[in-house]
Amino acid sequence: MKKLFLPLIFISSLSFSQMLGPNVTGNVESTFQYLNADTLIGANQPAEKAVLNNYALVNYSLKGFRAGVRFESYLPHLLGYPDYFSGSGIGYRSAGYSNDQLDFTVGNFYEQFGNGMLFRSYEQRQLGLDNAMDGLNIRFRPVPGFEIKAVYGKMRKTFDDGLENSDGLVRGFDGSIDFGTFYNLLAESKFKLVVGGSFVSKYQKVTNASYIMPQNVGSYGGRVEMKYSRFFLNAEYVLKENDPSSDNDYIYNNGHAAYLNIGYTQKGLGIILYAKSIDNMSYRVDPNAKLTSLNINFLPALTRAHTENLAASLYPYGTQPLGEVAFQADILYKIPKGTKLGGKYGTEININFANSYRPIRHTSGINLADSSRVIYKTNPFDKSDSLYYRDFNIEIKRTLNKSWKVTVKYFHFDFNNNANLVSKDAHGMINCHIVTSEVIYKINKKHSLRMELQGLWTRNEDGIKQDKGDWVTGLLEYSISPKFYFAVMDQYNYGNPIESKRVHYLIGSAGYIFGASRISIIYGKQREGIFCIGGVCRAVPATNGLTITFTTSF
Amino acid sequence: MKKLFFIPIVALGFIAFSPADETEPGKKIPAVNIKNMAGEPINTADLTNDGNPIVISFWATWCKPCKLELNTIAEEYDVWQEETGVKLVAVSVDDQKTSSTVEPVVNAAGWEYDIWMDPNGEFKRALGVNFVPHTFLIDGEGNIVYSHNNFVPGDEDILYEHVKEVSKK
Repeated sequence: MKKLFLPLIFISSLSFSQMLGPNVTGNVESTFQYLNADTLIGANQPAEKAVLNNYALVNYSLKGFRAGVRFESYLPHLLGYPDYFSGSGIGYRSAGYSNDQLDFTVGNFYEQFGNGMLFRSYEQRQLGLDNAMDGLNIRFRPVPGFEIKAVYGKMRKTFDDGLENSDGLVRGFDGSIDFGTFYNLLAESKFKLVVGGSFVSKYQKVTNASYIMPQNVGSYGGRVEMKYSRFFLNAEYVLKENDPSSDNDYIYNNGHAAYLNIGYTQKGLGIILYAKSIDNMSYRVDPNAKLTSLNINFLPALTRAHTENLAASLYPYGTQPLGEVAFQADILYKIPKGTKLGGKYGTEININFANSYRPIRHTSGINLADSSRVIYKTNPFDKSDSLYYRDFNIEIKRTLNKSWKVTVKYFHFDFNNNANLVSKDAHGMINCHIVTSEVIYKINKKHSLRMELQGLWTRNEDGIKQDKGDWVTGLLEYSISPKFYFAVMDQYNYGNPIESKRVHYLIGSAGYIFGASRISIIYGKQREGIFCIGGVCRAVPATNGLTITFTTSF
Repeated sequence: MKKLFFIPIVALGFIAFSPADETEPGKKIPAVNIKNMAGEPINTADLTNDGNPIVISFWATWCKPCKLELNTIAEEYDVWQEETGVKLVAVSVDDQKTSSTVEPVVNAAGWEYDIWMDPNGEFKRALGVNFVPHTFLIDGEGNIVYSHNNFVPGDEDILYEHVKEVSKK
């Protein structure tokens, strides 16, 4: 009798992938804005007065085969987008095939090697970032635990009624071995080990009146990930050869990037320490490209991504591709529930400390007059005392009962505005304290209120206000699950040293959500930053006017 | 050339007629090769739960509503599992800047979910996710039967109503 069950078990153990019929997925995102000019906040009004960004992605898959296409419109593009986005057309098309051992994609694709410090092609639509590759991508897993990735193609450069690629090429391959599954070498062990290595090369024909420009620029590196019981380590070191560019002022130095994190994690506790060293690592297909265009690699910033309005919108730190030495520590702790301090639901405490310094560039023994154009020497983690950024923040989060949740957070920033220019009203170091609080009150099963109150105070050592002075933000959000929300937020520069600039940035917002679709309407003045409202987060530029966003996925 | 113009029209027509609230039965999870938090390779289409429902929730360590959703569900997760056999897979879209904090965040919060890593947004793109949080419900046959793009308190009850509807227990 028991034998009868065998085929049943066999059938139920068939995975869904083996039963896949034709499948269509995708999404649509449309953002319309009617804009007013507002020089105070740097919001411009284009000649057209209104702008529209529109995207529709359609993916089709059948068994192992898949294809995708994305239509894009910039009529004209939203504020904050690169100027080279314009018109309507196809911005992405790809086709590919996958099975357990092989993935290949032709046309457009996104891919990343290791931590991305040599190669990362990705899309971050809200920031107007898209460096999709166009060519061939292969991932091959001949045996479990061993993977080879290869990329070959051009990179998305502009959009003008359609995708326009770089003139140059990016080629690369990456291999990694996970000893946990590779011939089960470490299958039984508490020790886990993954090693990997990458090689990337770009080709671009370029001429320069003053300097000899290499057409091929190579870069390579290795990485290791280890885990033992509750401890983990992740390290990568990469080198880039002589790559004169407008970013580095056409020097012939090599570049390096080193990244390390070690940590400990258990239930209720996490500790992570990070270190990073970067020198001369801007790496673009076209050495004369600027801003966010044609970046081959991705250099992660070692700071928390803050989402509290005042912490996110005034002094956001960006990584310094020309060079920085940075450190970060994260401590996450949950005071257990049921204890006197932890309360009935437990209390979360998160502490984060990050800093970043200018590297030392040794010039002794360097003859600037010679033809080598190697103008300094530096070593990994060779740091000076010149501070770029320091961020200390502590967060305490507590669920009081079924109805009330409270979060209180304190930040201290020391922000070097000369190294990372975010304000035209300040020079040198800006020091500020920020306190934020958030209360969520669940009125009943469907209705809830969210309130935020935040303050920011800048003071230098002599107690004098810096930059735009002091700020306060208040937010009130009322939501009716699952369909509606209404919110009003005021960011008020009450302590600006210049009285005429004590501006209210007042916005009202409402949204309607139906399943995987949502419509939101925002009216008012808004500073740029990461903006979390109505239960989602997105990065936004400075605007003054009406914004209507429609998104759906299918 | 003219034929090219039909493609967007057909695509838009398709979008206009696709029901937004209830995804039609038959739509499956697309196959994408990513990794879980332990670094093991995952083919997303291989996801099963012995015929019980599965919730897939896209989140990030920097996304407050996402963590509110996962924390809120965590308080009820024992009961949900007992009553319906549901399993929750939380897919982190953190990139390299924050992906090392995923495991400590998960452990510190004490979440009992399966955690997948999607640092370059491959699975996110394949499922058509615009913003996080975005939550999908998959029935015992692997059909995507419900999805919701945001989180405010109370949404967890509506999600659970749908979980109970498709649960066979």
